Amino acid sequence: MALLSPEVWIKQQILAIQEYSILAGTAIADIFTRPHYWADVYTQMDSIGVGSMPIIVLTGFFTGCVLALQSVTALQEFGAVSMTGSLVSLSMVKELGPVLTGLMVSGRNAAGMASELGSMKVTEQIDAMRALGTDPLRKLVAPRLMATVFMLFFLTIVADAFGITGGALVSVYLLGLNGSTYLHDSYRSLAYGDIVQGLTKPLFSGFIIATVGCYFGMKTTGGTQGVGRATTQAVVVSSVFVIIVDLLVTRAMIGIFGS
Amino acid sequence: MSEANPSPGVATIELPEGVPVVEFKDVSITFDVKPVLKDISFSVERGQTLILLGPAGCGKSVLLKLANGLLGPDSGSIKIFGQEITTMREADLYKLRAHIGMVFHESALFDSLDVEDNVAYRLHEEHMPEDEAHTRVVEALKFVELEQAIDKFPSELSGGMRRRVSIARAIISGPDLILYDSPTGGLDPITSTTIIELVMKQRDVSHTTSLLVTHRLQDAFTLATHRYDAEKGMVALPADGPNHGTDESTKFLMLNEGGVVFHGTTEELVHSSDPWIKEYLS
Repeated sequence: MALLSPEVWIKQQILAIQEYSILAGTAIADIFTRPHYWADVYTQMDSIGVGSMPIIVLTGFFTGCVLALQSVTALQEFGAVSMTGSLVSLSMVKELGPVLTGLMVSGRNAAGMASELGSMKVTEQIDAMRALGTDPLRKLVAPRLMATVFMLFFLTIVADAFGITGGALVSVYLLGLNGSTYLHDSYRSLAYGDIVQGLTKPLFSGFIIATVGCYFGMKTTGGTQGVGRATTQAVVVSSVFVIIVDLLVTRAMIGIFGS
Repeated sequence: MSEANPSPGVATIELPEGVPVVEFKDVSITFDVKPVLKDISFSVERGQTLILLGPAGCGKSVLLKLANGLLGPDSGSIKIFGQEITTMREADLYKLRAHIGMVFHESALFDSLDVEDNVAYRLHEEHMPEDEAHTRVVEALKFVELEQAIDKFPSELSGGMRRRVSIARAIISGPDLILYDSPTGGLDPITSTTIIELVMKQRDVSHTTSLLVTHRLQDAFTLATHRYDAEKGMVALPADGPNHGTDESTKFLMLNEGGVVFHGTTEELVHSSDPWIKEYLS
């Protein structure tokens, strides 16, 4: 890779931020103006939502299982094994459910969006779309943005539910805890602010995954090698930003709800 | 060849007398630090076919994208149907493009759509009733002699078939201007001839103004010296007439190193005394 002077590098980064902001802003505006490509929205919902279900179920379930196993060791020292349900549910709903779902969908769909749009870009299909009178941002980016934000919200709920279920199975069958106590404890420990926090995060993560995936896809250059590069960059950047935004949202929610 | 030409989909743009369909004035564009086109000026009258010739990388395809507003120039003026497009909003450009058909270098068919949906793409965007759109697609596919491939996906088609579908997609709405970006690039000679015959047919049946990029001299001169005989339904060498029977509506624009080195008729081109042109043509 050629070395760039700091000045050129900084200019490139500022240009990238500008292009990303324009893409994201236009995509948001397209959601609230006609025409809408509802068929594409439903197709993307199916691809992102239904298609991601198996990995979200598995990830959520086994994370809940591991969380129960790990936490019981620490809780035993304080004689608080009965708090396992509380710890698993709070961890899953506030943090692990939203973040792991975001990362999984980022790996699966940000990559998918970047490679699909990138392939269209390098084979001039995006230009053909413009030449045929269609705005590619409205046709390709806005539906992906709507579908990702909408479906990530529900995928997070699924991950939370399967995580708590996984924790329950481990607690009951491996650790010998009372199932009823576990579930009651899990339910009782969750406050309104915890739920709001856990379900606000996927809205931001969904926005990041869709816009970053589409941005890298739409600016792909350099043939098939460029598509590979765009895909990698989309996954790396969206994953990192999902975690950074998770921190910011957590801090904001603590400020609002106080815990 | 079928003589049925797809019926026009959008109202033809009426231009005042003397206003060219395409007009470039001092157009320049630079990518990074490399100037690709420098002070290009030319115009294309209604019904004219302008063949863009030049070595690879001289900016022929860029010029076509500029004509369709897919790229914006760094300086200069581009008027399409008498309207300045360099300062036009993207939303207005989409409306203008309803009158422009474009055939891309690698066809640029949508992989996820079958041939019917690819060809009918513009009609679907205009919310045309499904039955009417289907009829128009069949007409367009008959024009390119590919009606049997209506249900196939682009991945199931050969390079030549993809190019023909791309032509059908470009002409389905009866555009007033067609831009062909190397329609025969990467094809074998026989398939190239088929594609050039389709371009010729469109020129001689519909008299559509067009810009055609090619680096194959053989294709360019076939277009200039042959005509499509609508009555016989075949391509023929015209009877000897003025200019040795070459098509008067077909002109040439040669580019080299980002500049125009020739603009004129076939006769003027073949009799040019410019050493670079002589070498290029030899």
